[in-house]
Amino acid sequence: MLHSTALTSAFPDGSSAITATSELTERTSEAARFTLGGRVRAVWAAREILANLVRKELKVKYTASALGAVWSLLNPVVYLAVFSFVVRVLRSDVPDFPVFLLSGLLAWNLFSTATSQGARAVIDNASLVKKVAFPREILPLSSAGVALVDFVLQSIVLVLFVVISGHGLAIQFVWLYPLAVAALAVFTVAVTFWVSALNVRYRDVQHLVGIALVVWFWLTPIVYPPALVQSTLADSAIAGVRLFDLYLVNPMAAIVSGFHRAIYADVSVGGTAVLPAGSLAWAGLVTAVALIGSGVLLLLSWRTFHRLSGDFAEEL
Amino acid sequence: MSDAALVVEHLSKRFRLYRERPSSIKQRVLSSRSRAEDFWALRDVSLEVSHGRSLGLVGHNGSGKTTLLKCVAGILRPTDGVIRYRGRVAALLELGAGFHPELTGRENVYLNASFLGLTRRETDRVYDDIVNFAELEAFMDTQVKFYSSGMLVRLGFAVAVHVDPDVLLIDEVLAVGDEAFQKRCLDRVAGFQREGRTIVLVTHALDTVRDICSEAVMLDHGRVYTSGDPDHVVRELRNTLLASDPDFVAEEGDRHLEIADVRIAPADPGSTVIESGRDLMIQVDVRANEPVPALDASFAILSGVTNHPVTIVRTKELGVPIGPVQGPKRIRFVLPRPRWEPGRYFVTVGLESPDGHKFHVQSQRYSFRVEEARGRTESIDVRPEVEVLDL
Repeated sequence: MLHSTALTSAFPDGSSAITATSELTERTSEAARFTLGGRVRAVWAAREILANLVRKELKVKYTASALGAVWSLLNPVVYLAVFSFVVRVLRSDVPDFPVFLLSGLLAWNLFSTATSQGARAVIDNASLVKKVAFPREILPLSSAGVALVDFVLQSIVLVLFVVISGHGLAIQFVWLYPLAVAALAVFTVAVTFWVSALNVRYRDVQHLVGIALVVWFWLTPIVYPPALVQSTLADSAIAGVRLFDLYLVNPMAAIVSGFHRAIYADVSVGGTAVLPAGSLAWAGLVTAVALIGSGVLLLLSWRTFHRLSGDFAEEL
Repeated sequence: MSDAALVVEHLSKRFRLYRERPSSIKQRVLSSRSRAEDFWALRDVSLEVSHGRSLGLVGHNGSGKTTLLKCVAGILRPTDGVIRYRGRVAALLELGAGFHPELTGRENVYLNASFLGLTRRETDRVYDDIVNFAELEAFMDTQVKFYSSGMLVRLGFAVAVHVDPDVLLIDEVLAVGDEAFQKRCLDRVAGFQREGRTIVLVTHALDTVRDICSEAVMLDHGRVYTSGDPDHVVRELRNTLLASDPDFVAEEGDRHLEIADVRIAPADPGSTVIESGRDLMIQVDVRANEPVPALDASFAILSGVTNHPVTIVRTKELGVPIGPVQGPKRIRFVLPRPRWEPGRYFVTVGLESPDGHKFHVQSQRYSFRVEEARGRTESIDVRPEVEVLDL
């Protein structure tokens, strides 16, 4: 039954040119089929919103503070200063411990900030989700985006410190860095999609994320040298799989190892093993596998997010 | 859909209402999903809007108007049925979506505009128009947390009316701001119509439907009740508005004082017809079941067309204290020469203490009809006279 009433034309100039070429959109009870290309195009079309949300978050975070974004830079600076001093007192086994620590910690900070903020991304923007149509991916992506901006700023501090402190960057290892950043970004977005979508239905997720991150932190070689893990687990195997390889199944362990190799670079210093023994090619392979694995994970989590996102406006 | 800009076919939307919605895994495990009840917000709704036409969507609260807009906008997923449209759709369900208090007016304009589908460049182009429309030139670099609520609404609306969609969905947002601002909003909507855009408008202001819509649909409990010519649809809606509403609380209060009788009549005893421009008397007889120290007597007159109050009168606000009340009283209000639209009006009468405690309130219990109009006015802005007598 269609209701259509013949009425006088509302546009005297008779212009309907705007619609002649317009795309036809159809909505049914079926969720739009998930295609990676389709979702990427949708998010790309809404990149303006994403940029504005990230800008807003940064602005709100630092507004009305006299130093602004300097606070973000101060964080790694203080770490570097404190650990440069503490290590002297505690006589850590790891030479240039601040560089080792920060090269892994900054990556971890990106991951943990993005996922813990991302878990709340959809529910904190409930009013938007209920009133405005836009690709819901934008919300967790903006959490990741904010964390990424801080990561970039802090990485600049780290690189400056690496150069100034005399540790130096090993040019032949630096190519690993973009690979590690890519793996980190993809993995972070994958996990953020999952937790933000699941948290809409089960608010437990945000608490779970908080606790999981604590455990996860210690499963990842950030404050302790991975060589220690490798030597401890050496030659141990379960069903023919080396335990250290299992350890690296944790994508964050693999990714952080990539950052170590790219920035800290020294596998062993003066007889002290710091990074896992293995050729540069092996390190590259581990990181590349982490990137590919994260890519698969992202596909799965994006699909889940897309499936659940149709009901966000009702569940909130 | 050769000529239609928007087609809705057999659209249904079901919400699941949970008596106690499980929001944690524990609750989900302990309580099965069968505790959910189905609520059909839309049932088999079909409609079609041709290019450049404006459709008014009316109905009671909860009749499904906003749900329909949200389905078209893509915020809610239909349970059944199909929605088709050509071109870009913008939904104005909320003014200033995404506004953040810490951002300046300028930053919020860009943020809000991006939610409405404008690119940065498009926003650049209309930015000056937006600022002029909102009349906030001097405040654009001020954080909006320092704005008054009126300024916020103006800014939100200014952005909203500068979107550039083929199909524009508007939910109630026209009813904001002062009269002059509303006029400019309606002018702007007329501009959209001239530009050949298609508009779907949800509103309670039935005059708006008649003034700017080329067709109308009335929803009732999620179904299309009637559709077609706006005059016809508005008439139908007004008729059903008079029918009883199950949620309607007719009488409230502890009855320490009771409304014994209400008389609504022309103040001139020789006249029997209530007309525009003639003094109107509303006389309330009060019975005191228990003595009370003070009384605030009030009445409100609601238009039968819009169901919105056209006037609200309180003795407290008139500066006429009543009390203590120990015996019967008669309170006689006289509205000097009110100007009415013809039609039926409903009257709510209330007896309350000055701090708002209800003795007896009868909502829309009384009504009167104005037969002939000598002028036209939206609200009655005259100072009534009031007289209190002991009986």
